Amino acid sequence: MDWQRRDVLKAGGGLGLAGVLVALGVISPEQALAAGNRAIFEAGSLDAVFAALGTGKPPDSADIVISAPDVAENGALVSIGVASRLPATEQIVILVDRNPNVVAASFSVPPGTLPDIQTRVKMAESSPVHALVRADGKFHMARRDVRVTIGGCAG
Amino acid sequence: MTNPTRIRAVARDGVTEVRVLMSHVMETGRRKDPVGNLVPAHFITGVAVRHNDRLVLAAEFGPSVSANPYLLFRFNGAEKGERLSVSWVDSRGESRSDEVQIA
Repeated sequence: MDWQRRDVLKAGGGLGLAGVLVALGVISPEQALAAGNRAIFEAGSLDAVFAALGTGKPPDSADIVISAPDVAENGALVSIGVASRLPATEQIVILVDRNPNVVAASFSVPPGTLPDIQTRVKMAESSPVHALVRADGKFHMARRDVRVTIGGCAG
Repeated sequence: MTNPTRIRAVARDGVTEVRVLMSHVMETGRRKDPVGNLVPAHFITGVAVRHNDRLVLAAEFGPSVSANPYLLFRFNGAEKGERLSVSWVDSRGESRSDEVQIA
């Protein structure tokens, strides 16, 4: 096992996702490392996420557009889209500040894929939603506030 | 046992739009069942979407992603008739892969 695989498997931490994906041949060790280790999913606050990503607080960018309802009727299903106009966008991370699990998802955007992704997340309560975008090696951030009438984490 | 992922991929003018609906409970591990026991965490942790053998999207999920995870995204360079596959792995090590032809 070359050192990259070993590092990726160690960096997988928590559930060892990166290691599992590498082992399955789903992603390369490079992609696993680039996508960040599983530690971001353990983070309970924005500062912890930044620390896990190895960045300081990223600057705000008007080139990141978050699509989300102003008011979500069902916190179990909140449609969130992130579109980045930043050149060389490589990674998009969606955060729900007031969720117990702050990081909802992290996307690796290979060349040829548009940095414009939609998904659905659970929101425990009304909360800011942050999008972190890594473009050309540097992180940028945007925020949108979403109100939730019925919280969606406890089922 | 895993359930099929629904995939719709349509190519137009060189851009393929992909809609994915995975079938998964995405338990956070914080929910209580009717008798008050915590339902253990069980959620998709990783997703890979491929056009032929080229990775077009990789995602890592936490339990905050909604049950039956949904994705919508676009990528360049594919044509009608080519293959698109969606693979996922979850926190229990279960996995599945589904494939469609781009329309």
